[in-house]
Amino acid sequence: MKKIYPNAAEALDGLLFDGMFIAAGGFGLCGIPELLLGAIKGAGTKDLTFASNNAGVDDFGIGILLQTRQVKKMISSYVGENAEFMRQYLSGELELEFNPQGTLAERMRAGGCGIPGFYTKTGVGTVIAEGKEHKDFNGETYIMEEGIFADLAIVKAWKADETGNLIFRKTARNFNPPAAMCGKTCVVEVEEIVPTGSLDPDHIHLPGIYVHRIIQGDHEKRIEQRTTRKREEA
Amino acid sequence: MPWDRNQMAARAAEELQDGWYVNLGIGIPTLVANYVGDKDITLQSENGMLGMGPFPFEGDEDPDLINAGKQTITELNRTAYFDSATSFGMIRGGKIAAAILGAMEVAENGDLANWMIPGKLVKGMGGAMDLVAGVGRVIVVMDHTNKHGDSKLLKECTLPLTGKAVVDRIITNLGVLDVVEGGLKIVECADGVTEEELRAATEATIV
Repeated sequence: MKKIYPNAAEALDGLLFDGMFIAAGGFGLCGIPELLLGAIKGAGTKDLTFASNNAGVDDFGIGILLQTRQVKKMISSYVGENAEFMRQYLSGELELEFNPQGTLAERMRAGGCGIPGFYTKTGVGTVIAEGKEHKDFNGETYIMEEGIFADLAIVKAWKADETGNLIFRKTARNFNPPAAMCGKTCVVEVEEIVPTGSLDPDHIHLPGIYVHRIIQGDHEKRIEQRTTRKREEA
Repeated sequence: MPWDRNQMAARAAEELQDGWYVNLGIGIPTLVANYVGDKDITLQSENGMLGMGPFPFEGDEDPDLINAGKQTITELNRTAYFDSATSFGMIRGGKIAAAILGAMEVAENGDLANWMIPGKLVKGMGGAMDLVAGVGRVIVVMDHTNKHGDSKLLKECTLPLTGKAVVDRIITNLGVLDVVEGGLKIVECADGVTEEELRAATEATIV
């Protein structure tokens, strides 16, 4: 089966519908599927729910879909870097479900593994636990969190082979593997598609079974907080 | 003289034991890395990295290499990368020996509030709830009082909690306190701070 598509718009063809649930990889602006987000903007799909750790910034990442009012709801752990997000949230146009970061990651992983619910100590005794099932194990209280089953996963990797085996680079891996796993369909954008057989099978981070469509493209890879140190005087 | 930010960070670094894997929060906790000395400490960045290095030299920034505060950083020869589910697996699974975090309020039973102020802009808890629920030891580093001079060590937190009964030790500009049965116990006072001054600045029960 051919997984490689010529561009983001064609890779998403037939997969998008209004009101759908999308899981997106990335942490901040690092390792985000920027080309696929651009294509969703172009497609004009509306009332989207996103499971994504962050919401991008005003003009990059999921932020570009907030500008066009395509997002109905965000499931995120931290949304502090986006003024338009805050404006829409405070005016009631946008729903927001805060998930602790590890709970969000595990909800994606669990969904991808066919696990509809799991218990965690995270959030016990906080607003996060309100309305959730509590259960004691070995004298400690846990709450139940539900696995995420998304209609679509959009993911950024560094390299793919033609069968969709993926390799990520440094901290750009982040939410991408669990997001990929929890999508009914997973579309991946990479910096390079390499011939099948050229990746070491022992070095695959995410096997191609999770990957349905692949595109290669040029990435802006914007830096959110450029921090440096001075070179020591010789 | 109460401790300044760097002295608080240096005191917090004394808490870390050789061989520990540690997560440092944003603000004063980040400075702790400057004071670990010869101890073999591996820093975790919860976006998917063990063995976090210093900021890169100008021109060496890599958009694929950031810390949990979204700052560009570097790797070390011991560095390992992994995905977010694995990262919080090691946090939730108790593999991270300690987290050093800032706080808005700590209660005498160890309740911690550091993620939201009702009525103010809510940015989210990020990984803080997972960290305080999962790591071996939670050490809070913060000023003893807020900008109005009110104690941040309280009988009960007034802000929404990050975790219930999760704090083990508090390091402030006035001294070090442990959360124990019945309240807080003074471990030491900052240089030049008397026990009376520390007690007077503390709302929480001191046992």
